[in-house]
Amino acid sequence: MKIMKKSQAGTSQSSDLMVVVEPANELRVEVESTVKRQYGHLIKAVVEKTLADSGVTAGIIRVNDRGALDYAIKARVETALQRAQ
Amino acid sequence: MVKNSLGRLVPEVFAGKTYTPYKDPWSLQPHCKRGTRDIKRIDHNAKKLVGNLRDGIIASGLKDGMTISTHHALRNGDHLLNQLVKEIDALGIRDIKIASSSVHAIHSEIIPYIRKGVITGLECGVNGMIGELISKGELDCPVVVRSHGGRARSLITGEVLVDVAFLAAPYCDEYGNFNGFYGPSACGSLGYAIPDSIHARKVVAVTDNLVPYPAVPVGIPQSVVDFVVTVKSLGDPKKIVSTSTRITTDPIGLQTAKYAAMVIEASGLMKDGFSFQTGTGGISLAVADHVRNMMRKGKIKGSFGCGGITGYFVDMLQEGLFRALFDVQCFDLKAVESIGRNQNHQEMSASMYASPFNAGAVVNRLDCVILSATEVDVDFNVNVNTESTGYLLHNTGGHSDCAAGAKLSIIVAPAIRGRLPIIRDRVTTVTTPGETIGVIVTERGIAVNDKFPELKEELIKRRAPVKDIRQLRDEIYAITGAPRPLEFEDKVVGLVEYRDGSIIDAIRQVKK
Repeated sequence: MKIMKKSQAGTSQSSDLMVVVEPANELRVEVESTVKRQYGHLIKAVVEKTLADSGVTAGIIRVNDRGALDYAIKARVETALQRAQ
Repeated sequence: MVKNSLGRLVPEVFAGKTYTPYKDPWSLQPHCKRGTRDIKRIDHNAKKLVGNLRDGIIASGLKDGMTISTHHALRNGDHLLNQLVKEIDALGIRDIKIASSSVHAIHSEIIPYIRKGVITGLECGVNGMIGELISKGELDCPVVVRSHGGRARSLITGEVLVDVAFLAAPYCDEYGNFNGFYGPSACGSLGYAIPDSIHARKVVAVTDNLVPYPAVPVGIPQSVVDFVVTVKSLGDPKKIVSTSTRITTDPIGLQTAKYAAMVIEASGLMKDGFSFQTGTGGISLAVADHVRNMMRKGKIKGSFGCGGITGYFVDMLQEGLFRALFDVQCFDLKAVESIGRNQNHQEMSASMYASPFNAGAVVNRLDCVILSATEVDVDFNVNVNTESTGYLLHNTGGHSDCAAGAKLSIIVAPAIRGRLPIIRDRVTTVTTPGETIGVIVTERGIAVNDKFPELKEELIKRRAPVKDIRQLRDEIYAITGAPRPLEFEDKVVGLVEYRDGSIIDAIRQVKK
């Protein structure tokens, strides 16, 4: 899957997250989170796994997390990628 | 540094004072006389009304290095502390310690004055930005967090010497009698101000509502008040209510409340004479609603409701479900209105409410208290002071006092808050020792402290979702993942005193 255009998914509500993806030559993942100190590594891992599962190898992925659980992170990233087609 | 009995590394000396490490909730005995002040005799025709706030500061003799206090009955609507600090600065006075009963978000206005050296220490816990900056190491201001009962104790024993108490007096006469019941800044009970009025070396009543002598009913009497000053406004009583004081509609909260009600029912405490305290949170009020219905259904005549009082408890008093309310602070305007009118809505001092060092506090007579938590560990220790960021953001309130006093203390909290698990291996900060906590209730199950084997058995018999606390933790971790521990510097920026004055935990600067 390739990121063709800038798109986003999610909300800024508590327990949700906002994902913004945009085209780029290389892959860059930026994670901001209300629980970054305790879960930053797990959030990044889920985002990277979701990207890998979708075959994304390039693009800027910005995540602004408000304490979402893994399934929500996965779903929001997948949706943002679909919208970028 | 020494390890206290909970394994927390705490300093023995902090900001020049010596402290005892925490051992257990019960055994520490006071070995001192009541802290006191000089006996006074004033001229029989002396006037106490000295003008505005600045005149009051001058009259009080406030000097560099002294300690001041205010009460927090107006909570986030209080304007006095900010005005006071600005006036102190304008007078060129420096190195002042604040020993107020609490400091709220609204008081972040004093941050520049901490930077400037006007304020150099906090002998009280804080809510909000000040604590955050102290935790980040961006604000140099040692802080000692105390519970409501512990704060009263520290004034009474003289561990904290307040040089001048500036007490917001919503209904006050020129000779210093005042109450909090009436006037544009009516805040109800002045329970937190009572120890200050008795133990501060100088007492200044600050009012925006000077009434003809005598201001009755007398809450704090003329005989302990040195000066009276007037200001335009003490604050905004509408901001007393800081959180939602409505019953939660969140299904997770409602489920938790239902389980908490099951615990109360199974405890056998629900009978004539029942006494009860809750906070103002949505889940707590939902539990109160269950309690109310249980009392109605069982035709139970309760004895008293206690604590910060909400309109919900006022309704229960009026319905005859309780014979009395013991009120240390009013949490909403309905409670403010009631305390000025109902004889059995009784104002009580913070000492009578919760101090461990007296001939018996009201919390000792509580059957059941509902408390909240930010984190709970597998030994039932509770943190309400620091958040997931590691920042000191909340004061203790009456948490550790009520937990120690009540026959049964119940923690209600959602299992997960924005990914953060409520139950974990280790809490960031211990506010209240697990030994004084009875039951943890979440929507995913109930964990009963081993100290209550009969209650546990009864709950299992009633098919309540009782789980071992470690099992509950594992179930929650399975959803959230295990949290990575926060990283701290070695530098201690604050202490958490247990109610008896021993140090239950230290707050360290958060690593950047």
